[in-house]
Amino acid sequence: MKLTLKIWRQPDSAAKGAMHTYQLNDVSPDMSFLEMLDVLNEDLNAKGEEPIAFDSDCREGICGMCGLMINGQAHGPEVTTTCQLHMRSFKDGDVITIEPWRADAFPVLKDLCVDRGAFDRIIQQGGFISANTGSAPEANNLPVNKADADRAFNVATCIGCGACVAACPNGSASLFMAAKITHLGLLPQGQPERETRVVNMVAQHDHEGFGGCTNIGECAAACPKEIPLDVISQLNKDLRTAIKRGH
Amino acid sequence: MATTTLVKGARGSRSTVALKLLMAGSGLIFIGFVLMHMYGNLKMFAGHDAFNTYAEHLRTFGEPMLPRTGLLWVLRIVLIVSLLLHAYSAFILWGRANGARSQRYAVKKNLASSLSSRMMRWGGVTLLLFIIWHLLNFTIGKINVAGGATNDPYNLVVDSFGTWWLTIIYLVAMVALGMHLHHGTWSAMQTLGFTGTEAARRRAKTAGWLVALVVAGGFSLVPLAVLFSLITK
Repeated sequence: MKLTLKIWRQPDSAAKGAMHTYQLNDVSPDMSFLEMLDVLNEDLNAKGEEPIAFDSDCREGICGMCGLMINGQAHGPEVTTTCQLHMRSFKDGDVITIEPWRADAFPVLKDLCVDRGAFDRIIQQGGFISANTGSAPEANNLPVNKADADRAFNVATCIGCGACVAACPNGSASLFMAAKITHLGLLPQGQPERETRVVNMVAQHDHEGFGGCTNIGECAAACPKEIPLDVISQLNKDLRTAIKRGH
Repeated sequence: MATTTLVKGARGSRSTVALKLLMAGSGLIFIGFVLMHMYGNLKMFAGHDAFNTYAEHLRTFGEPMLPRTGLLWVLRIVLIVSLLLHAYSAFILWGRANGARSQRYAVKKNLASSLSSRMMRWGGVTLLLFIIWHLLNFTIGKINVAGGATNDPYNLVVDSFGTWWLTIIYLVAMVALGMHLHHGTWSAMQTLGFTGTEAARRRAKTAGWLVALVVAGGFSLVPLAVLFSLITK
């Protein structure tokens, strides 16, 4: 396959970036999207040009490190992570525009790499339970019904890749926060800190400069883990309850 | 606006979600209001006397316990306060959303968002301008664009919608209102936390369609009926 790539290049966070155009003439449909970029980088290296910086780690779709805006869609045209996207999803002669996640809370570090430290700080504000673990307790001591356990597992699959923020017209991280709040809120261990968790996480979210949710649904459509939009309803409900109880 | 500091002493009432709750609550008041307003307008089909009697009843409702126009003013104050809260929250959140992505995408696709959801902000501004005109037209100024008398509510409505361009303005406003209600009804349910399951989410989306069609359709009947001479003086 022959491809035309339009890629955002930016030397560092202080510099002004711009789109650059590259040609690739021999792309195999069996390559992953990131392998295609690796091939482009080998070309650039051979020519003595600066290779394109992009994030990746496990390349198995489970770590959440990779994430590119591909032709205006977070992680590209398939419901998966960028590393699990393959070139067979594109056609010979395609023009592919590749941009970093765009959000002021995710500043560009270089080219396609962004700093998602804002997510870490949101998690620091309560995306955990403060309990001494000790040895594993007897499982039957703390019953959790099947429906809640399933839902908690499903929303716990969030890998924090940031696609929800990238896709949201408001640059909101509501789906990311709501997945964690719903996950912990469904389980008995999450109850003692439930109200302070939602208040502190939302406050940090706002402080980081993310926008508000307008219930548009772009986030859930972009999510590689298919976290459903109704978790944001749970977040709103928990916050409403917290306000009522004086938090 | 990247930062490395952690927020201390957070209050739920100071969050963007609290602003959304204000919008949802005031929005529900508006849904109740437009449903009642639409119902009242349909009295136009019952004829001159029935409509004017209804208009008068709105002023004498609750007498003698309440003064004349007492209940009307209570409702008006509730609506004015709701409008201020709704618009205030909307503009704050609009500004925040603009600030959240100062560098735009070169290419951005919409995958799941409805046209109504993307039109909420400018549609809301359109409705605000329409409400100002509408109040000047029928409540505060009583402007008769046909040049006739303004002291008879029924005749003022007939004169107004007998003017084709005014009817078009109203019908365009009803499209804007329908779209605002289509996304707004569902969005209010989601913001208030009533859509925690997939089934509840589907019901809220259906409610959005229903409210939009009933209200915008019901309001459009009277102008259309006047324009096509089904309602005459």
